[in-house]
Amino acid sequence: MTAKFPEVKVEWMKERRLKVSVPPLRIKEFGLFVRDTLGFDHISTVSGVDWIAKNELEVVYFIGSTTPGQEDFILGVSERVPRDNPVVPTLIEVWKGADYMERETHEMFGINFQGHPSQAHLYLPEDWNDLPPLRKDYVSPGR
Amino acid sequence: MALESEYSPDSDRVMSVAFGPQHPGAGHFRLRLWLDGDYVVRSEPDPGYVHRGEEKMSEYRNYIQNVPHLERPVILDSSNILFPYALGVDELMNNKIPLRAQYLRVIMSEINRIISHMYFLSIQGLFLGHTTMITWGMGDRDIWIDLAERIGGARVTFAYIIPGGVRNDLPEFAIDKGLKTCDWFDKRMDEYEKIFFQNPMVHQRSDGIGVLGKADAIAFGTTGTVARASGLTFDVRKDEPYSSYEDFEFKTPVLNQGDSWARAYVALLDMREAVKIIRQALKKIPPGPVRLKLGPQPRVPAGEVYSRTEAARGEMSYHIISDGSPRPYRLKIGVPSAKNMRLMPHLIRNVHVADIPIIYWGLNFWPVEGDR
Repeated sequence: MTAKFPEVKVEWMKERRLKVSVPPLRIKEFGLFVRDTLGFDHISTVSGVDWIAKNELEVVYFIGSTTPGQEDFILGVSERVPRDNPVVPTLIEVWKGADYMERETHEMFGINFQGHPSQAHLYLPEDWNDLPPLRKDYVSPGR
Repeated sequence: MALESEYSPDSDRVMSVAFGPQHPGAGHFRLRLWLDGDYVVRSEPDPGYVHRGEEKMSEYRNYIQNVPHLERPVILDSSNILFPYALGVDELMNNKIPLRAQYLRVIMSEINRIISHMYFLSIQGLFLGHTTMITWGMGDRDIWIDLAERIGGARVTFAYIIPGGVRNDLPEFAIDKGLKTCDWFDKRMDEYEKIFFQNPMVHQRSDGIGVLGKADAIAFGTTGTVARASGLTFDVRKDEPYSSYEDFEFKTPVLNQGDSWARAYVALLDMREAVKIIRQALKKIPPGPVRLKLGPQPRVPAGEVYSRTEAARGEMSYHIISDGSPRPYRLKIGVPSAKNMRLMPHLIRNVHVADIPIIYWGLNFWPVEGDR
């Protein structure tokens, strides 16, 4: 994996939990590689993190596998973008199930998934006109 | 918008209708439908009516305060939504959970699986017009709720599985009561098989309805009963045994039809395995402590975990990031209902309006869990 993609950073969260940081420009290529060559075909969750101190937003795709022998392995494919211009390519073409998960990450963190067919609000009201609620600078009412 | 339909050459014929949130079958959820006469040409889920911001709420509370509100999204299956949370926090804190507590977690989680599946099958019976299934099913579900109440102290939201173990020990009489309930329920499941699953009316209404192929099931990230009804051997309890699941003998039921009947039948087979696990766990539960003393505000070292378990509806996962402060920096709940929701526009298409409730409910979708 690191031979084909020298720019990715690899970090073990624990045994059988690998987190790789990929530049957004190559993430689609990387996604297709892990799906087709390494057999990571099950999308488990898409999570977002607001690293406000570093002025960055992170998107993590947690990818599992239905390939016999590696069902217990979870690959976290992570990418980081600046907070003021959070644009990443969509990975729907790699894992179809990422569709609504990316839509949720879009409305909760304000990350723009380029190429996504619809980024309309899923859980928030249609007329929500505040900051994306899971950003750290959004403060819940009453707090 | 262009509509793909073999029934609608002329898009003027297409009418847009809302299924829910006021529809009695839809729950707190709306399904937008585009109909051509009696045929659905396109559908799109519109959740969010019961979104309460559990993830944001978690960032304001410490790890113990988070326990009671995190089980609220899915009160039918309240232990199973706390289970991966407890596993994740234990992993961050490096807690060694006593064996008795691990067994108790398994027992409660399996009881909850039965409670949740009984609700699912009862409502499936209601949607099919099978009155016996809903009356028997809801009644029998109550026996399991009684057992859960004896162990956890409450009927649906027990906050039983917590970081560091379980909240309280099993009362002495609960072992005997639990084993009796298991024996009785085995016989009841035989009756369900005869009266519901072999019923020609049920077969006619649900065979070949909403068929999901194995390749699609993988692509859409399907989990739980829906995935197992489509020939996918996907069970976190087997794939990545946690909390001593490797000590118990059980099978992962898999069917290949992928239709609504199979999705309901897999739930029954799942319950048979759950009864087996409960019986084994009650018989060989070891003595010992059931929880670690963590205090009201435990210190959780900085770190990042991704923990997952097999809940009644499928793979339940948590992504927890701790920065060393008393509260989580980020807590993401990956719920099976939200994962399986992507199947709705795929399956509710080119079907009769009368088939919508069966397909919709067959996905074992729980709107409150999906919205969080």
